[in-house]
Amino acid sequence: MFPAAFDYTAPGALDEVLSLLSQHGDDAKVLAGGQSLIPLLKLRFAAPVILVDIGRVDGLEGIRRENGHVRIGARTRHRDVESATELRGTLDVLLDAAPLISDPLIRNMGTVGGSICHADPAGDWGAVMLAVGAEFVVKSASGERVLPAAGFFEGPFTTGLRSDEVMTEIRIPVGSGRSGGTYLKLERKVGDFASVATAVHVVLGGDGRIAAAGIGLCAVGAHSIKATAAEAALVGQAPSDELIAEAARLAGDAAEPKADIRGSAEYKRDVARVFVQRGLHTAINRAQGATA
Amino acid sequence: MKVTFEINGAEKSVDVEARTLVVDLIRTKLGMTGTHIGCDTSNCGACTVLLDGRPVKSCTLLAPMLEGRKVTTVEGLAQGGKLDAIQEGFHAEHGLQCGFCTPGMMLVGKALIEANPHPTEDEIRWGISGNICRCTGYMNIVKAIQHAAAANAAENVAGVA
Repeated sequence: MFPAAFDYTAPGALDEVLSLLSQHGDDAKVLAGGQSLIPLLKLRFAAPVILVDIGRVDGLEGIRRENGHVRIGARTRHRDVESATELRGTLDVLLDAAPLISDPLIRNMGTVGGSICHADPAGDWGAVMLAVGAEFVVKSASGERVLPAAGFFEGPFTTGLRSDEVMTEIRIPVGSGRSGGTYLKLERKVGDFASVATAVHVVLGGDGRIAAAGIGLCAVGAHSIKATAAEAALVGQAPSDELIAEAARLAGDAAEPKADIRGSAEYKRDVARVFVQRGLHTAINRAQGATA
Repeated sequence: MKVTFEINGAEKSVDVEARTLVVDLIRTKLGMTGTHIGCDTSNCGACTVLLDGRPVKSCTLLAPMLEGRKVTTVEGLAQGGKLDAIQEGFHAEHGLQCGFCTPGMMLVGKALIEANPHPTEDEIRWGISGNICRCTGYMNIVKAIQHAAAANAAENVAGVA
C-alpha cells in the first residue's frame, strides 16, 4: 500500500505553516508524527492535496511546568510523556496512560497533539485530557485560540479545530491541592485500541473532601466522553465506598457504547462503570498519600 | 523531491516522490532488503529501523521525514566484519525460527539495551511488544537480548579494568 500523490512541504517556521494552512484550507493536512495519518493515507481514506509537515518547526516539543500549568508541546512524543516521571504525584493519569498507547515503536513517533487532533473515539489522550481539564492552544494566521478539552471532541475524527489552525500546546492546570489519578484500559492484546478505557483525576481539599474530579471515557461513544454527572456527584463530598460506587454508576450511564468485535454495548458500559470505580479508589488513595 | 539523510553511516541523497514510504525507499531504491515488509499496516514491526537511535516502523514513515536524520537498518549493525553484540546474542541463543521478524527484533533489542543496559525479562518483553514473531519464538528472542546485555556489561567491565 502507498498513499495517493500529494504535495509535501516542511516549513521551518510556524508562520509559514499558518500561511499555508490559511491558503489551502481543507485541501491541506498537518503531518506531525504520522502514526494515525500515514495509515489513513495508505488506505486512501484520506487524500489531501498538500501535507504540511510541522516536524521542523522549533518550540513544539517538551514538557514544562509554568504559572500553575503543566505545558506540553503539541508535537511531544508519547514516549517522552511516558518518561516524564516528574509528573508522578501531579498528573498520574498521564503517566499511566502513556505506556498503554499502541506499542513502543509507535510511541517513539506518535505525538500527543497529533493524537488529540486526530480524535479517534478510541484514542487514549482524549479521555485523559477531559479528566484533567486540559486546554488546547491552537494558532492560525488570524490569531490564537485556547479551547477547553470539554467540548473539543465533536464526533468521530471531528473536533473544534478549524482547517486553518494547528495545535501548538496542551495546558493542564495543576493546583495546590493533593491530587491523584489513573488510567485503566481494557485491550484484547498489547498494542490494541481500547475496548474500553477510563481516565480519572481527583484533587482533595485541605479538609479531605473532593475539591475537583475529572472522569474521561474512551471508546464508549462517538467521541471521548466527559462524565460530568459523575464528576458533579463527587465534588464537595468526603470520599467513601458508597460515593465512589454511585459516581461510577453515573459514569457508566454517560457511556454510549456500540456493540462490535470487542464486546457488546452492555458489557462495555459495565466495564466503564467498574473501571471508573477502581480508578476512583486508586486516584483517591494516591491523593491521600500525596503531599500538597 | 530530493531527500538527504544518513543511513548506516553513509550520507545518501535520493530523488523520490513525497508519498514514498521509507521501507520502500530502503528496499527498492537503496537495494537493502534486510528491512522487511510484514503486515504493511503498522502492526508487526518487521519493518523496524532506528531513526536517530529510536526504533520506529518504516512502513509508517514518509521518505521526506528522513531529511537530515540518521537511519540504521539491520545492514548497519555489523561493523568492520564484526557482528554487533545483539547479533551475537541472537546467534548464540538461536533467537529466531523463520527469521522474518529478526531484523526488527535485533534493532529493537539493540535500542533497548542502549537505553537500559540491564533490562529485566519483563522490560524486554515490554520493549519488544511492538514486534510480532509469528513463529511465536519469544523465549529465545528474550534470551538473545539478555545475552547481548550481559556481553555488553562484561565488555564494559573489561574496558574499565
